[in-house]
Amino acid sequence: MAAHSHHALDDQPIGEIPKAQTKGIWRVFIILCVLTAIEFAFAFFMSAGTLRNIIFIILTLFKAFFIVGEFMHLKHETKSLIWTILVPTALLVWLLIALISEGSYYGDAVFSYFK
Amino acid sequence: MKASYGKLMMWFFLLSDTFTFAAFLTTYGMIRHRHHAYTGAADDFTFSTAYWPIPEKVFNAFPGFHGVDLPLAFVALMTMILILSSVTMVLAVEAGHRMDKDDVQKWLLWTILFGSTFLACQAWEWTHFITGTEEGLQLENGTRFFGANLIANQYGPVLFADLFFFITGFHGTHVFSGIVLLVIMFINTVNGTYQRRGHYEMVEKVGLYWHFVDLVWVFVFTFFYLV
Repeated sequence: MAAHSHHALDDQPIGEIPKAQTKGIWRVFIILCVLTAIEFAFAFFMSAGTLRNIIFIILTLFKAFFIVGEFMHLKHETKSLIWTILVPTALLVWLLIALISEGSYYGDAVFSYFK
Repeated sequence: MKASYGKLMMWFFLLSDTFTFAAFLTTYGMIRHRHHAYTGAADDFTFSTAYWPIPEKVFNAFPGFHGVDLPLAFVALMTMILILSSVTMVLAVEAGHRMDKDDVQKWLLWTILFGSTFLACQAWEWTHFITGTEEGLQLENGTRFFGANLIANQYGPVLFADLFFFITGFHGTHVFSGIVLLVIMFINTVNGTYQRRGHYEMVEKVGLYWHFVDLVWVFVFTFFYLV
């Protein structure tokens, strides 16, 4: 990114500043607000349960996608950088799910054994 | 990878930070699973150490609206403030690409303002959480306990308050570090350091960190306040 951030300067004589391109940024902001609003709607109008939690997690992942992809610009980086970040994160999510599900099972088993 | 050394290292640092917060969320998931969930009707909910509290019954206070039940309203405001700060941060980075010093200054200032507001909100929320509500919790020895600390709390199991302090506290520390970095960015921008250097990549790197802090809040918000 830094490599081509200079181009704008090279093309422009000093003192003349190109106009701001902020349309996409505000679009992402609106999307994030709407997703948060939907989360609140589910929090208030749906009773707690596994289905609601799954909906929350999916909406959260959508928000994460927009923050990382657009705000952190990862979507527009080179393929190698995208994979360098995504592969360890995916493995980490796997670890997280494994720890929680296996750990809960093991915890329950130990707890019942000593009861 | 066509990314500069500094930006690549920032990405790797953020990846390592993800591990830290993942550890927190794993701990939260495990501990919550170990406790009983509240099964009765939401309207009859009372604080008890016997089960995990419903978040919207704990976080229902709003500054200036004493005694009014406003579930999750304050945390909604905090979320909006942090998302807005993220937007002003991207705008600062965008202005940096155009070498627009005035715009970079303006948006950095807005980001510092929103970030500080978020921290102030968190300070209020912590104060409320620590002080407690008027009802408190009836203890077995007949006394009442108000608020929360690391060894006792009125909202439910002790670990609920511990996790609240550790997870939101750790996130708040990140926000604070972010504000310190942003202030340094602002001073350097005003002094024209980046203008002379010919690029605003430093603002971009701090921007990555700031968005990451926002990203962490998105997850903390879901797992601590919604689920």
